[in-house]
Amino acid sequence: MTALRAKSRGNSPENSWLDNENVQALLLFLLSLGIFLLFWEVGARMKLFAKGVPTASLTIKELWYWITHPFYNNGPNDLGIGWNLLVSLRRVAIGYTLASIIAVPLGILVGISKVAFKAFNPYFQLLKPVSPLAWLPLGLYLFRDSELTGIFIITIASIWPTLTNTAFGVAGVNSDYLDVSKTLGASRRRTIFKIIIPAALPNIISGLRISMGISWLVIVAAEMLLGTGLGYFIWNEWNNLYIPNILVAIFIIGIVGILLDQIFAYLEKLVSFGK
Amino acid sequence: MNTYLSSNNLAVTKDNALNTQISLRHVSKVFPGRSGWFNKITGQTSSDFIAIADINLDIEHNTFVSIIGPSGCGKSTLLNIIAGLSEATNGNVMINGQIVNKPGPDRGMVFQSYALMPWMTVEENIMFAVETVYPNVSVTQQKRVVKEKIQLVGLTGAEKKRPHELSGGMRQRVGIARALAINPEILLMDEPFGALDALTRGFLQEEIERIWEQQRKTAIMITHSIEEALLLSDRIIMMTKGPAAGIDEILEVPFPRPRDRTTVENHPAYLKLKQEMEDHLYRETRAVEEARIK
Ligand SMILES: Nc1ncnc2c1ncn2[C@@H]1O[C@H](COP(=O)(O)OP(=O)(O)OP(=O)(O)O)[C@@H](O)[C@H]1O
Ligand SMILES: [Mg+2]
Repeated sequence: MTALRAKSRGNSPENSWLDNENVQALLLFLLSLGIFLLFWEVGARMKLFAKGVPTASLTIKELWYWITHPFYNNGPNDLGIGWNLLVSLRRVAIGYTLASIIAVPLGILVGISKVAFKAFNPYFQLLKPVSPLAWLPLGLYLFRDSELTGIFIITIASIWPTLTNTAFGVAGVNSDYLDVSKTLGASRRRTIFKIIIPAALPNIISGLRISMGISWLVIVAAEMLLGTGLGYFIWNEWNNLYIPNILVAIFIIGIVGILLDQIFAYLEKLVSFGK
Repeated sequence: MNTYLSSNNLAVTKDNALNTQISLRHVSKVFPGRSGWFNKITGQTSSDFIAIADINLDIEHNTFVSIIGPSGCGKSTLLNIIAGLSEATNGNVMINGQIVNKPGPDRGMVFQSYALMPWMTVEENIMFAVETVYPNVSVTQQKRVVKEKIQLVGLTGAEKKRPHELSGGMRQRVGIARALAINPEILLMDEPFGALDALTRGFLQEEIERIWEQQRKTAIMITHSIEEALLLSDRIIMMTKGPAAGIDEILEVPFPRPRDRTTVENHPAYLKLKQEMEDHLYRETRAVEEARIK
């Protein structure tokens, strides 16, 4: 009875929007953000934290400045954050595309053949857990150029998740689909393009998603050593010992990371077909 | 295609070797168990499993054969061997005098698990089959066949839906339409009406009976339903329980065609055949239960 009444009350127009899960979550989020910022501001003003920690208000002011002045150019050590962001994105785009062009077809080839899968899997397993930054000296030695090295690192970093996911997806295609294709007498080529690749697409896309995440993680670290880009921006501000700008850069890196990830989340949904 | 005389309405005499289309000789299937040192160490060994043993069977052109038997006895295994999807451990299957070693579009298959591609719509699933088997037929013709089969199984209106948006029964009907669309010489059906409600089931059974009457394909159907087997088949193969399942008895079904439910049920032989099948199933299922208790 009480439950019934509570329910009907919840449905009345005045306060129904408060019962919405999303609204509740948003309110809780805003509340926690407010408390965090307040704690930060008060703590920084009272010098409770380490020396040099900026206040929340100063950081937000800097954030506003950088967002409203993204594209100016006073030489490599004083570049608008927009330029740096574009530099990082360009490196990721080139390296990541290159990696995907290699990883997807190779993954399909390896996944199709049981022998190839068993034979080459040890390489992937060995190379996958290596931090991409370990390749940095090798890249610098090979290319003697920071731009190419950055792209090389991204390529190396983003090849493995796509490759292994594609190979696993292709190797694990539901045998029912293959049986259908066999009973129809479909050619090998038709089976690969019409059955195996579409069936493995969810795996391929999640591989691409992980690879994109890793590229974005790695580019920032790599750029600290390479000059220009968001990573270098952070490194430069560290040399200037100006903490607010470092925090601004972290925030922007996070936001861009979310956006990149969301593109793939959308693609994943597109190919999941009710699963 | 069929240069042989078509069979009369009654079951075909078995010793007419010329008319035999599918013939199974000493067919057995053994699923290998786990062995090897690694499994021994981890205590995960299992012995080989003999699913079916020494099956001999001849099926004449244009006959409708049902296979009935307790669950897990090896009906799907047998059908997969005939389809060429699974290799017999011993013995062989011959179709029109040729040993079967791979699947082919001469045998249309309706899968127990539907086996629809989730990324294709109803239409595309059927179209994929038609395109694969008849790549040289004009697109308009291909489309016409697809449309016709969709109509036949009563899925008009659902052409653009994907399998996950369909009920189990609707999915099964797509599977049936796909198998019919390629116009195979032999139709292999693994519980094609299993997931359907009684009404649709009855409707589709009569549809199959009608199609079969028109086109006279050879058909092998696995079923759990005695009534269904009696309505559709010329012969009913009753399998024993597994492991090492075999053929217990083959019933000839003498009802004249074309059939419909009422004429079949009023036929003097109906009750006797039904009783015989019930006894068989009861016996075998009891045996399965007893084996489990032991
Ligand atoms: N790949 C496999 N490996 C090992 N054992 C198998 C395999 N496939 C089937 N079996 C076994 O073979 C037996 C027969 O299986 P099958 O699927 O042919 O049964 P069925 O008669 O079609 O049953 P149902 O009526 O429930 O569909 C079962 O006991 C099953 O456990
Ligand atoms: Mg089965």
